[in-house]
Amino acid sequence: MNIAKRKFSIVFSLVFLSQFSFAQSGNSSNYLIYGLIGIGLLLLVFAVLTLADNLIQIEGQKMGVNTKKHDLGVFPKVTEMFSTKAPQYINNGEEYKSFSKGFDIKLAGEATGKIKNIHASRYALKPTDFIGMSPIPKVVVAEGDEVKAGDVIFFDKKRPNIMYASPVSGEIVEVKRGAKRSIAEIIILADKEISYKEISAPDLSTIDRDTLKSFFLKNGVWPMFNQRPFDIVADEDVVPRDIFISTFNTAPLALDNGKAISGNEVAFQKGLDALGLMTDGSVHLGLDGRGKSPVAGFASSKGVKKSYYSGKHPAGNVGIQIHNTAPIKGSDVVWTLDVQDVITIGKLFTEGKYDASRVIALGGAQVKEPAIIRTFQGANIGDLVSGNLSDEKIRIIAGDVLSGKQSTEDDFLGFGDTQISVIREGDDYEAFGWLLPIKPRPSISGTFPNFLFPNHKFEGETNTHGEKRAFVVSGQYESVLPMDIYPQHLMKAIMAGDFERMEGLGINELSEEDLALCEFVCTSKMPLQSILREGLEMMRADG
Amino acid sequence: MGLIDLLKKIEPDKKKSPFLHTLYDGFFTFAYAPNTVTRGGVHMRDGMDLKRLMVHVVLAMQLCYVFGTYNIGHQHFVASGQYLGFIEGFHLKLVHGLIQMLPIFIVAHVVGLGIEFWFAAKKGHAIEEGFLVSGALIPLIMPPDIPLWILAVAVAFAVIIGKEAFGGTGMNIWNVALLARVFVFFAYPTTIAGDEVWVSGFASIAQETQNGIIEITQSSYTWAHGIFNNLFEFMGINTFEAGAPFVDGYSGATPLALAYQGGWENVTNTFSPAQMFWGTIPGSIGETSKPLIIGGALFLIITRVASWRIMLSMLIGGITMSLLLNAWGATPFMEVPWYGQIYMGSFLFAMAFMATDPVTASGTNTGKWIYGFLIGFIGMIVRVLNPAYPEGWMLAILFMNTFAPLIDHYVLEANMSKRMKHA
Repeated sequence: MNIAKRKFSIVFSLVFLSQFSFAQSGNSSNYLIYGLIGIGLLLLVFAVLTLADNLIQIEGQKMGVNTKKHDLGVFPKVTEMFSTKAPQYINNGEEYKSFSKGFDIKLAGEATGKIKNIHASRYALKPTDFIGMSPIPKVVVAEGDEVKAGDVIFFDKKRPNIMYASPVSGEIVEVKRGAKRSIAEIIILADKEISYKEISAPDLSTIDRDTLKSFFLKNGVWPMFNQRPFDIVADEDVVPRDIFISTFNTAPLALDNGKAISGNEVAFQKGLDALGLMTDGSVHLGLDGRGKSPVAGFASSKGVKKSYYSGKHPAGNVGIQIHNTAPIKGSDVVWTLDVQDVITIGKLFTEGKYDASRVIALGGAQVKEPAIIRTFQGANIGDLVSGNLSDEKIRIIAGDVLSGKQSTEDDFLGFGDTQISVIREGDDYEAFGWLLPIKPRPSISGTFPNFLFPNHKFEGETNTHGEKRAFVVSGQYESVLPMDIYPQHLMKAIMAGDFERMEGLGINELSEEDLALCEFVCTSKMPLQSILREGLEMMRADG
Repeated sequence: MGLIDLLKKIEPDKKKSPFLHTLYDGFFTFAYAPNTVTRGGVHMRDGMDLKRLMVHVVLAMQLCYVFGTYNIGHQHFVASGQYLGFIEGFHLKLVHGLIQMLPIFIVAHVVGLGIEFWFAAKKGHAIEEGFLVSGALIPLIMPPDIPLWILAVAVAFAVIIGKEAFGGTGMNIWNVALLARVFVFFAYPTTIAGDEVWVSGFASIAQETQNGIIEITQSSYTWAHGIFNNLFEFMGINTFEAGAPFVDGYSGATPLALAYQGGWENVTNTFSPAQMFWGTIPGSIGETSKPLIIGGALFLIITRVASWRIMLSMLIGGITMSLLLNAWGATPFMEVPWYGQIYMGSFLFAMAFMATDPVTASGTNTGKWIYGFLIGFIGMIVRVLNPAYPEGWMLAILFMNTFAPLIDHYVLEANMSKRMKHA
């Protein structure tokens, strides 16, 4: 109302002041006066209509009508007329959001086909996978011990209730140390047939939250609860406002989660039921609304709030979905989990065992035969890719090319990894490469002819294509981040160490994977993800 | 790769001769995209980098260069009444234009790049590409006859105080090319203000007549013209002939000066709208040809190098202000219609190349709309109401450069207060 009043008074004073111009010129400026009066009348009508709409909204909320779903305004919303139509399979009551910002990096070597079972010979748990873990956690097993899948391997002395369990059964073959006697990896030589620790699962219909919480803490699934802000293992003393699960991954060469859930729908639903007990709010499921038919296992989930999202990457990122559904404000805490983590939790109840099997997508132009592999968490990468890599100089990445971790064949899959990408190491000089590139490369810039070949799949290489510079271009990050955040200014606030500004600009809503695409498009080659992690650590230490 | 190995062998040592190393590194990365690979963070990077960005802005300006160089020659001969057709005397006009333009181009680049190289060597980092664009812009906004030493001092001022003192590329507050021009404007105003400055190749010579010694402005040529004269004589085509005076009634005034004196009728009496559109009028070297500037602007928008928001909002701001001035109508200049204001002066050039500099403009998209609108708005005020100098873009853009961070600050404050408000 205030804004409308202000507008009206400005227009009125303009009209009033312009009377002076009558004194000077004759009749040629009448059009201006009449134009201003017309605009003023239009604004008045608009103000009245807006006021009426607001009053109706207030009345509607008092009566209990959901004002978000039903449009109570007089005129149809312009945005609804022009936005993309929701696909047919979305029911009434399920939200649909389409993102216009983002960018899909189409890489060659996508994994398709049937799932191959590869049981690696060695598996490892890496304490370094978990942000904030003490450098030397308490390892409860020793080299040579036999463990079953689900047995506790180590825990953090700062957080002694959270147990980290072994993904497979076998013999602890090495506790590998890193710098300053920190624990880098605990390597297990796996049995051919996995034997599981006996777990007596409680009844979900009668259990209370605290008992369920200790059940999760004891049996090694607590590390699967990621907490936002900061994207760390969840604090067991805090009840989350909501739990968010994104069921589709839009990163380059990412796993199609339909492959992961097929055969595990019952366990997935059981996991969702268990999660529903852990929060006072809702479990939100983010589903793929990009036009293809939905995956039955996800679309038929019960007891959750389903939202469909469509758009280019990072539409599948859970951080984006949180921001566009129920943003993290103030001291809110939300949890995020991956689909396969939910299946593991569900299997605690349906099968009474800690089943850490994972479906992994092995992709990239440097893989001879990209494949979807069923193995266990923490598998040795060499065993998964053996004989399948090209002879060129390559880089193996555990995760996707945007936020994954550079690995070698001696390394192991990380705790949350669901894909391995292999791309060419691009350490060669290119004559005038910045002016006349010969090899095609993905870019959002209009200076490349990529828009002529929208379905071309790129090979992918690690050359930086330029050197690091100061921030020059503006608006680039905002064009690929579908959140109401100004990333460049946030980065500057982090570099300056300005806590209030960091918090105000939304650092608590971000994780590295959300900014990974911004880092990809950065013309100045700035290391955005590491700057963000510095900022998050500053916020965590401070608060 | 034999050539690269050879080049690597002659690389100067970084510690022993930092300046030579920086120089070598600059030219090496110019010729070869470096082979650094990603470490930590993303594993793939976009193919676009700062060099490529800058080179596209320079490319967008090239047609303005070609036309502007030729136009220098054309205006020179039109002033003395010779070769009035655009193509007539093609060789003479082209050579004259080049003789005026190339020294300006070379001096601007040598001074600017030299200072940049020295600073890069001193700070120990690579040569940053910001000056490619500033160096390409500076010749286009200078009068063709500017003494080279003034140009060198102006470029040195702009680069040292306007850019390096703040931290180099990406850190400057003010547009570097405009700083060079504003330096000349305030320190050596007679070289950049006045009617005859925009036509080159004329000098005032004292001549003795029956009425005593008077000053006559007539064309005068340099030794470089002399060399070409020998060539032209050899080829049997027309040569430069010194001593041709201004045609009766020719004042060398640009359309803006004419509009200031007598309004739109005064302008259209001397120049037809087609002339003003296509650019065969006196003015700064690069600002006259509107279709080439519009083509450059479209090129920058389509390749997403420059921000269309700033261009569009500056256009809207300028047109709004000119409409308001039409409503006021106190002087003949205020009555110039809005399309006339776009035809004259460097409105389009400033819009396409100066206002859109991403470092000095607002960073947020909302801020860009406000920033561009205010540049158009204020620039038109300065142009029309300024008694001393009938052009306002340089001052308006530098003014808004000062306030761009403030605009961003309020946009960010709005974002932050929306976020911190508990639902």
